[in-house]
This record gives sequence, C-alpha cells and structure tokens, in this order.
Amino acid sequence: MTVQSPVLGDHLHAADHEHHHDFAGTTTLGFWIYLMSDCVLFAALFCAFAVLRGATAGGPAAKDLFDLSYVAVETTFLLVSSFTYGMAMISAEKKRQSATLVWLGLTLLMGLGFMGMELHEFGELIEKGAGPDRSAFLSSFFTLVGTHGLHVTAGMIWMVTLIVHVLRGGLNEKNITRLTCLSLFWHFLDIVWIGVFTTVYLLGVA
Amino acid sequence: MSAHAHAANENHGHGAHGDVKSYLIGFFLSVVLTALPFGLVMTGSLEHDMIVPVCFAFAAVQIVVHLVYFLHMNTKSSRTWNGAAFLFTLVILLILLVGTLWVMHNMNLNMMVMPGMSPS
Repeated sequence: MTVQSPVLGDHLHAADHEHHHDFAGTTTLGFWIYLMSDCVLFAALFCAFAVLRGATAGGPAAKDLFDLSYVAVETTFLLVSSFTYGMAMISAEKKRQSATLVWLGLTLLMGLGFMGMELHEFGELIEKGAGPDRSAFLSSFFTLVGTHGLHVTAGMIWMVTLIVHVLRGGLNEKNITRLTCLSLFWHFLDIVWIGVFTTVYLLGVA
Repeated sequence: MSAHAHAANENHGHGAHGDVKSYLIGFFLSVVLTALPFGLVMTGSLEHDMIVPVCFAFAAVQIVVHLVYFLHMNTKSSRTWNGAAFLFTLVILLILLVGTLWVMHNMNLNMMVMPGMSPS
C-alpha cells in the first residue's frame, strides 16, 4: 500500500479517499495522541481555575466582569467555524479545490472574529484594572482562556499555511492529510471551548 | 488490491469525514445545546443549586455530540488506537479533575479562616 505505481493508482484511489494509507494513518494517529496530551494540559488549567475561581483577593469576581451575551456571540463564531471546517473537509475529499478554499477562508474569518472578540474582552478587563495581576482568580482565568486563544491563533496560522499549500500543490494526498490533522485540532478547540464557556462564564455569572 | 480497497471502503462507511447531513445534525444539536444553558442562566430561571448540575449535563452531552458528529469517533475497528488513546486520556482527566477538586476542597475545609483571623 505504500508504493504508488501507475498500475495500482486507480485501485488505490478509493483507499486514498478513505485515508487508508500508512502515511495518512500514522500521521493522524500521531496527531491524535498529541491532541490527547493537549487535553491533559487543558485539564490541568481547568483544575487550577476551578480551585482559584473564588480567590478574588477583594477584587472583581466573575459576576462583576463577564457579559454572557458577548460570550454567546464568541461561542457562535467558534461553532459556525467548526461547521464550515467540516464543509471544507467534505469538499477536499471530493477534490473540489475552490470550494475547499472558500470554506477554509470562511473558517478563518470566523476564527478571526472569535479572536478579535476575545482580545477586545482581555483589553477591557485590563483597562478596568482586572488584569491577570489582580487576583489568583484572574490569573487562572487569563491563563486558561489565553491558552485556548493561543491555540486558536496557532490554528489560524496553520490554516493560512494550508491555504497556500493547497493553492500551490492542489488537493493531493499530503495536503488532505494536513487538512485532516488541522480539522482534528480545530474541532478539539471547539470542545475545549464548551468547557470554558460552561465553567468560566456560565457558572461564573450564575 | 481492489478487493482490499473495497473492504476499506465498507469499513469506513460514509468516509472518514462524514457527510453534509451529519455535520448539519451536529451543528443543529450543538447550537441547541449551547443556547439552552445560556438562556437558562441569562433569564435566571434555574434554581440556584440546579445551575451546576444542569450546566455540566448540557456540556457533557454537547461534548459527546461534537466527538460523534465533528470528530467522527465511533466503534469501528480501524480506529482502535485512537479509541484506546482517548480512553486512556479520559482516565487521566478524571483522576486529575476529581483528585484535584477533592484534595483542594478538603484542604479548604481544614484551613478555614477562623473568626478574628485577618484574611490575607
């Protein structure tokens, strides 16, 4: 299966489509294992936040700081981006290059919207004197949400890179494997965000 | 070779990335599962001690929805190693989360601020 000769090419194509190559299989498995380790990283940050959420040191608490309707819009950006990325993957599997690029572009816009809102929120908090140096609660908040934001930013840089790759090399097997890894990463970040909006924002304000 | 490829096809059913329909279902479900807890908390229609369990229940269901419809986790044999790694991670997460909260809760109880003690 690892050798692609022209004779076998046609038969391989079906398997190709399903990512049955050793290369694609081990790469995505390896990436999956990285994601699992990232899960543990986020779990540690969630633990820190859960323990420190009450430690406001006389400063503002979650109730005084967060606006749920603002967070709902942020969440919408991320949810829609998960859907548009899914559409990009489906288009890529069907070898529809321009559709893939359009969906990737839309996903990137959604990611930019999300990050724009998050940075705006951070800026406002710091301006209000509720920066990460104010209390243990805010340190853990900025660490948890900031780490998620850094991941999203890395995902967007990766997405730009892949758009360039697809423009130059088309939807070949390597690029599809790359797109698959990024799709795992992107959907994973959306799952982490479910934990963030539940524990940080909903339970913080409630 | 072609038989092998065919078998691989059957093994994966709809293909490794699902179809438009499954993404639409997943998207619809996750919008509902996001909107409901936001609505309940924002309107204040939940009793106070119900907030935590209800929000966590919604989050747990939504995480499963994302895993199934977006990450396409299933019980098919070709994903054995992905599944094993995932289960292992779940165990670690449980130990980490439950262990931390349990230990830190006990510590807080035993280090309760006494009357007359100045809070630092």
